[in-house]
Amino acid sequence: MTEKFDAIVIGAGMAGNAAAYTMASRGLKVLQLERGEYPGSKNVQGAILYSNMLEKIIPDFRDDAPLERHLVEQRFWMMDDTSHIGMQYRSDDFNESRPNRYTVIRAQFDKWFSRKVREAGATVLCETTVTEVARDADGKVIGVHTDRIGDVILADVVVLAEGVNGLLGTRAGLRETPKPETVALAVKEMHFLPEDVIDQRFGLKANEGCVIEAAGTISRSMAGLAFLYTNKESISIGIGCLVSDFAATMESPYDLLENFKKHPSVQPLIADSEVKEYAAHLIPEGGYKAIPQLFGNGWVVTGDAAQLNNAVHREGSNLAMTSGRLAGEAIVQVKTRGDPMIKENLALYKSKLDKSFVIKDLRKYKDMPALLHTNSRNFFTTYPQLLSQAAQNFMRVDSTPKIDKERATTAAFIKERSRWGLVSDAVRFAFAWR
Amino acid sequence: MLNMKRDTPPPAAGRASTKRELPEHFKDYRHVWVFIELERGQIHPVSFELLGEGRKLADKLGVELAGVVLGPAGEATLYAVAEAFAYGADLAYLVEAPLLEDYRNEPFTKAMTDLVTTYKPEILLLGATTLGRDLAGSVATTLLTGLTADCTELDVDAEGSLAATRPTFGGSLLCTIYTLNCRPQMATVRPRVMAMPQRVNKPIGRVIQHDVPMVEEEIVTKALGFLSDGQSSNANLAYADVVVAGGLGLGAAENLKLVKNLARAIGAEYGCSRPLVQKGWMPADRQIGQTGKTIRPKLYIAAGISGAIQHRVGVGGADLIVAINTDRNAPIFDFAHLGVVTDAIRFLPSLTEVFTHRLSPHSRDKLAN
Amino acid sequence: MHIVICIKQVPDSAQIRVHPVTNTIMRQGVPTIINPYDLFALEEALRLRDAHGGEVTVLTMGPPMAEDALRKALTYGADRAVLLTDRHFAGSDTLATSFALSQAIAKIGETFGSPDIVFTGKQTIDGDTAQVGPGIAKRLDLLQLTYVAKIVSIDLNKREITVERRSEGGTQTLMSKLPCLITMLEGTNEIRRGSLDDALRAARSRIVKWNAADAGIEDLTKCGLRGSPTVVKRVFAPATRAEKAEQIDTTEKTPRDLADELIAGIFSRQPALEDELAFDGDA
Ligand SMILES: Cc1cc2nc3c(=O)[nH]c(=O)nc-3n(C[C@H](O)[C@H](O)[C@H](O)COP(=O)(O)OP(=O)(O)OC[C@H]3O[C@@H](n4cnc5c(N)ncnc54)[C@H](O)[C@@H]3O)c2cc1C
Ligand SMILES: Cc1cc2nc3c(=O)[nH]c(=O)nc-3n(C[C@H](O)[C@H](O)[C@H](O)COP(=O)(O)OP(=O)(O)OC[C@H]3O[C@@H](n4cnc5c(N)ncnc54)[C@H](O)[C@@H]3O)c2cc1C
Ligand SMILES: Nc1ncnc2c1ncn2[C@@H]1O[C@H](COP(=O)(O)O)[C@@H](O)[C@H]1O
Repeated sequence: MTEKFDAIVIGAGMAGNAAAYTMASRGLKVLQLERGEYPGSKNVQGAILYSNMLEKIIPDFRDDAPLERHLVEQRFWMMDDTSHIGMQYRSDDFNESRPNRYTVIRAQFDKWFSRKVREAGATVLCETTVTEVARDADGKVIGVHTDRIGDVILADVVVLAEGVNGLLGTRAGLRETPKPETVALAVKEMHFLPEDVIDQRFGLKANEGCVIEAAGTISRSMAGLAFLYTNKESISIGIGCLVSDFAATMESPYDLLENFKKHPSVQPLIADSEVKEYAAHLIPEGGYKAIPQLFGNGWVVTGDAAQLNNAVHREGSNLAMTSGRLAGEAIVQVKTRGDPMIKENLALYKSKLDKSFVIKDLRKYKDMPALLHTNSRNFFTTYPQLLSQAAQNFMRVDSTPKIDKERATTAAFIKERSRWGLVSDAVRFAFAWR
Repeated sequence: MLNMKRDTPPPAAGRASTKRELPEHFKDYRHVWVFIELERGQIHPVSFELLGEGRKLADKLGVELAGVVLGPAGEATLYAVAEAFAYGADLAYLVEAPLLEDYRNEPFTKAMTDLVTTYKPEILLLGATTLGRDLAGSVATTLLTGLTADCTELDVDAEGSLAATRPTFGGSLLCTIYTLNCRPQMATVRPRVMAMPQRVNKPIGRVIQHDVPMVEEEIVTKALGFLSDGQSSNANLAYADVVVAGGLGLGAAENLKLVKNLARAIGAEYGCSRPLVQKGWMPADRQIGQTGKTIRPKLYIAAGISGAIQHRVGVGGADLIVAINTDRNAPIFDFAHLGVVTDAIRFLPSLTEVFTHRLSPHSRDKLAN
Repeated sequence: MHIVICIKQVPDSAQIRVHPVTNTIMRQGVPTIINPYDLFALEEALRLRDAHGGEVTVLTMGPPMAEDALRKALTYGADRAVLLTDRHFAGSDTLATSFALSQAIAKIGETFGSPDIVFTGKQTIDGDTAQVGPGIAKRLDLLQLTYVAKIVSIDLNKREITVERRSEGGTQTLMSKLPCLITMLEGTNEIRRGSLDDALRAARSRIVKWNAADAGIEDLTKCGLRGSPTVVKRVFAPATRAEKAEQIDTTEKTPRDLADELIAGIFSRQPALEDELAFDGDA
């Protein structure tokens, strides 16, 4: 059998589903292949979903998508070993009719998304791994081979949405293997607790949710971030650091997570919970500079596979969804015009992406990964400790005059990092953030 | 089979109140029956365990306990009747027919349903063996009555109904099940789940011999042959006094010899957790747990086994559980009595050696003197 | 030859959690799978079809999402799938389940041809009763062959089948007649990986969906809660042992020291054991 499709999508994650849905719902004959037992089975559980980007694909997703809690509160913590100093924003405005952010459990959410894809008319095959992209004599991608017995499956265009460690694109020479310093390794656990206990501990009611992001000595001088999301009956908790850092420091991600969980600020939040599902997953963190070639003759690449991930804001799925949608739209346009799926025409995908928030955001933070990486000791150890000492200094009421406390704080900062160092960190951070 | 649908509360609350009056025609169903499993001249010990349980139920209800023996006329059948009394029966029902020689579903179902409809027991217990499960399903369906399979606890409530408790969802939960409006109330129990009662020499009491007219020509299924497992020890695992088992923590198939060596040194049977069967490191009949054997030894030594709930339900009846595991948080330490946090691969040889030494006649003589 | 195989979608019990406070099942995020025991029956059915020709129909009774299990069975190569789904079936025990399934099998027989063999798995991992198979056999008056380890031969002309059946102490060889019901023993084969064609066909095929009326079930009092003589009165978590294992301190001890201490611990708790072991061990 040499059946031919308009498009083949590899992967049923956020990017793949967005692409497949976009194309199938506009009448293209789409085949989607997923190696997992079902969509989402290989995906790390518990994540934040950004409504805006999904609305652009499935406007009424709230009707039946499995959403856990909508977020009304975000905390950011700088931690040292015993304390945290934090920023917290909570607003009742987030209790809106169409909330902006939700926590979701990926295994369930992806399944729902995949059902939508199927309902839109795509053919979805799970437990089917694409082993190779097929090319013609000129090198144009014309289809895929799978690990099931059968012939090559042909398509006008192949959408690679295979995630960060998808081997296919790299094996086919369509892009390079991500480097250790551009990917983070995140480990994550689900802690189950009764719904009302979670409500109580975080001061939440009726499906409200809260997110905590934390940095500091917990990552042991590596560039890393810990996080905690409230789901309906569980808490997702995890920590991620650059793979290169793990390699250099020989730290174990599991130990970091254990320490984070034992931290006095975190422990009471997850006490008495039942742990289930320990998972590890890579996150592309190279940012703008790590983005590979995004299109070619007969192929495009989307989502994590294309390093489209905003490490600074911990956004990935929305970039994945948007890139998938834009790839789908571009393909539909080329197809409608009756043009071939060659490099020149598929460049439309890139230009759509350039105009979107995806590339604009990534460009904005293009220097951030490098800065955090080279300066990780200061950002993740020295500053959190200094800040915490400073805060404690101010809050502890004793007979030290306030002015002396202020001086002591400044002195401590300068001693650790020198006046020049401080200024340069500040300037560089500001530039990277700008 | 329990079908608990999501979002609906367990039917317990809603349905317990629906208890209606037992239909009139069931009111004369009385007494507790235990099916004495006789296969190829051998009585399955689960029958005695059930007599022990049946005795307690009958005493609570103030009724009689009967053993039911189906088989060809002969010594084995008579012996089974005698043993039923020795293990607590007040009377026995006996169906003798040549075609009850080899177990086959058709004649056994016929004989059993015939007995039940004639003599009307309120409770009928069978072993959850391959034979018992094959028979129980057919009998219950023929009689259109309730059957609670694989019970771990049997009791009667204040109103005299059988409360049969069994694990559900792979042992994560237990549930208590009633058969309120049908008779008999049927239950099966796996071997080794109930304790073996004391055998008491007793003369044969009342035996009710029942004739079920059956001719071989009417039975479609023919037994062509039987290949016995022989004296291979797998049958003994469930009934061994001491069991040593290995789990995935042993790392490699060749390390299983450490378990076997220890077992040999102390005269124990050996077994394993399920993953080892799946990997083909041990035959399926060595598996201990929910989907393997239930054991009830005096001593159980588990090496490199995490103690998942499905494993736990198979060993809960052991008198003394010793766990060897490198992870001090392994769930097995929640139900073991003695624990050693150490590498089993290094530790088992020493344990074997010290055991051997300590149990050798030589060192025991010295101790005695 | 027409073969009907009953499969059930079950929660992956390895991943089930019990709510620590309310003792109820927490199903959130628990994946469902085809009851693993049913896969042995399915593979056997596929092999028979491949050898003798004919069709394999998979049947399940369950909620609408049980369609996933059926689709997966099609991916393995089954020819047709029937989903029996109706609110009236909710809360069925083995008797009610076997009633509904036997009615559906009868209907399948009328619609697609009478089955020669009905397969079920040995047991499910959630209900775990091993009673539904025998129940179906009785209701359809099929010859019942349980715990089948091997199908030795089938003679379609004589309508004869010979199987090896596992019994407690050995293997029994039985010869019987078609139509029959077989419950298949685990570990007897390995489910195949469907071809790309099978996978594509499965993804696209329509699943036959029947409610009670479609399956020709008129008497709803035999279904679901109403048709179930057993009543679940109480669901609770197993009692946990209050104290944890006594840990033998391992610091700075050689394996031999540890062994000494452990053995002393064992015999102090079970004094009678030492003599018994000495006897066994030397025998
Ligand atoms: C711990 C952690 C927390 C995160 N939290 C958030 C968050 O809160 N919010 C957020 O927006 N983002 C978050 N992200 C990032 C987000 O998960 C990813 O950016 C997003 O999932 C990328 O989608 P994708 O479709 O590109 O890749 P994936 O979701 O990884 O999907 C790729 C799919 O392709 C399949 N596949 C791979 N190779 C093959 C093959 N050869 N054949 C067939 N199928 C194949 C895989 O099985 C997989 O299903 C987080 C990431 C991690 C690791
Ligand atoms: C439907 C169903 C039915 C099941 N039925 C059964 C059943 O009947 N029986 C059964 O056993 N399981 C059953 N299981 C499987 C069960 O859920 C567990 O997966 C299984 O029991 C785990 O086996 P394990 O303890 O050997 O392996 P693991 O869970 O992998 O545990 C290995 C243990 O070894 C320890 N370890 C590692 N290295 C060493 C070392 N060098 N020395 C000492 N300790 C070490 C580890 O800390 C760990 O605790 C069933 C599962 C399902 C879903
Ligand atoms: N709801 C169901 N739908 C289809 N088949 C079932 C169902 N329940 C049980 N079965 C079949 O009956 C066998 C035994 O189930 P059980 O009696 O629950 O252990 C299973 O292996 C299935 O083949």
